[in-house]
Amino acid sequence: MAKGLTKAFKKALWVYHCNSGSCNGCDIEIIAALCPRYDVERFGIKLVGSPRHADVLLVTGPVTRQMADKVKRVYEQMPDPKVVICVGNCGNTGDVFYESYNLVGPINQVLPVDVHVVGCPPRPEAIIFAVAKAWTKLETLEGK
Amino acid sequence: MKQKTTTKTSYHIPIGPIHPALKEPVFFEFEIDGERIVDVDVKLGHVHRAVEWASRKRNPIQILYIAERICGICSYSHPVAFALAVEDAADIMIPERAEYLRVIQGELERICSHLLWAGVAAHEIGFDTVLFFTWQVRERTLDLTEFLTGNRITKAITMIGGVRRDITKDMLPRIQKDLDYLKECYGKLGKIFLEDKTIKLRSQGAGILTKEDALKLCAVGPTTRASGVKKDVRVDTSYFAYGDLDIDCITPADLTGTVNGDVYDRIIQRLLEVKQSIDLIEQCVDKMPAGDIVAEPKIAKLLAQLKKVNGEGVGRHEAPRGEVIHYVKLDGNDAPFTWKVRAPTYNNILPWIPMLKGEQIADIPIVAASTDPCISCTNRVGIVKDGNKYELTKEQLHKMSVEKTRRLMR
Repeated sequence: MAKGLTKAFKKALWVYHCNSGSCNGCDIEIIAALCPRYDVERFGIKLVGSPRHADVLLVTGPVTRQMADKVKRVYEQMPDPKVVICVGNCGNTGDVFYESYNLVGPINQVLPVDVHVVGCPPRPEAIIFAVAKAWTKLETLEGK
Repeated sequence: MKQKTTTKTSYHIPIGPIHPALKEPVFFEFEIDGERIVDVDVKLGHVHRAVEWASRKRNPIQILYIAERICGICSYSHPVAFALAVEDAADIMIPERAEYLRVIQGELERICSHLLWAGVAAHEIGFDTVLFFTWQVRERTLDLTEFLTGNRITKAITMIGGVRRDITKDMLPRIQKDLDYLKECYGKLGKIFLEDKTIKLRSQGAGILTKEDALKLCAVGPTTRASGVKKDVRVDTSYFAYGDLDIDCITPADLTGTVNGDVYDRIIQRLLEVKQSIDLIEQCVDKMPAGDIVAEPKIAKLLAQLKKVNGEGVGRHEAPRGEVIHYVKLDGNDAPFTWKVRAPTYNNILPWIPMLKGEQIADIPIVAASTDPCISCTNRVGIVKDGNKYELTKEQLHKMSVEKTRRLMR
């Protein structure tokens, strides 16, 4: 568990997942984290279908030109306090596509990223760890 | 523009391009008359990352890793099709053992992909128990993939002229154990998908693609085979070790006797293919000859050899979703002169139009998902009706689909 996280969580964490032009590698690992082997729903972490219900935004992919404003719109629709997690090398650095003419990313050029998860794709354990870290941040934000 | 509501007009539903869960962002525009779909338009280009352009600056071995990241689900099919194209251009003969190892990886990926799809399809009709069951089985397949290649998703196992990791004798019991587990679960899965009333109600007669349409629109892979077209690269060209293996092009008629080309047939088709893949891996493990796993183990030497090549090559591989084609032209430089990728989903997009026409809105998720592009997790739908705008989110769309299942069950 992440450092600084209280033993009992104050609330369930609702996550919205947004694909900004990813290869699906990270996306299937996110779904794998929700499925029986890792089963994050037991911690109250849940994928929701609308950004308006979400506390955490999981962004995958290197943000292509067509998706940039859509990703921003999703972020703006989320209520405060909110946390952005960038999943996968593409979103963090551009990975193998780094020099491409059609990328606006990495994601931190478009959104303020709070937690970076590296890996191509990161394992479900790494994604769960990142969400737990985001939790700490949310609880600090709420304390203020 | 204001219209009187008394006149009967169709309205448009745009869907996309953001999907909360799986797959690439795509944009759909449906023309709807009441509950019926009149017309469909598809717009692409949201995941354009300039993959082919990037290849102009990199050498063939670096391109293997870009090819792997074209799609996270077909992360074996793309690099292997690229390797086939380069081997074709440079006349590299790959060792026999490597051909068998390549088949094993290809079939493992097919099992993973089809199980993933089966779960998504079940989720689309509101049958989440099956989603969790299939994904649990899939985790075991991923464990096996990790055991053989070192990674779950991006495997980095392909090398031009062979593969990068061998299967040793002490690995065989573990492979057999996992295959036995898969066979056991296959029986359970088959029972759920073939006999369950819910799945039959929603999938039989939905999203029909006729044989004529499948041929006319050049559909590939399970989508076309489920419509009765016997098209399978593994059988037609017998590349890799497929020529030595006992493999036949299967259609749903092998199980049910008839081909309807509906969603139900596509489910049967993929289930049969999972069984075929398990069988093929077992055959490979039995028949695999001893020997080298790569034609030229020294990378610098291989690159020097490729630099001298002046020619073009085509690589065709039967990916889980259908035929993937890579074309490469080498002109004596570090980087290839050109590299062109034709992915199977590209061919399977047009068949959506005859499939979706005349269907209900609640059927969009399952019919669109039946070609395995996972458009399933469509995020938001805006309905513009008589100048009034309102939105349907993915949840509502999913709810409509679940409600239809319940209605039919009554």
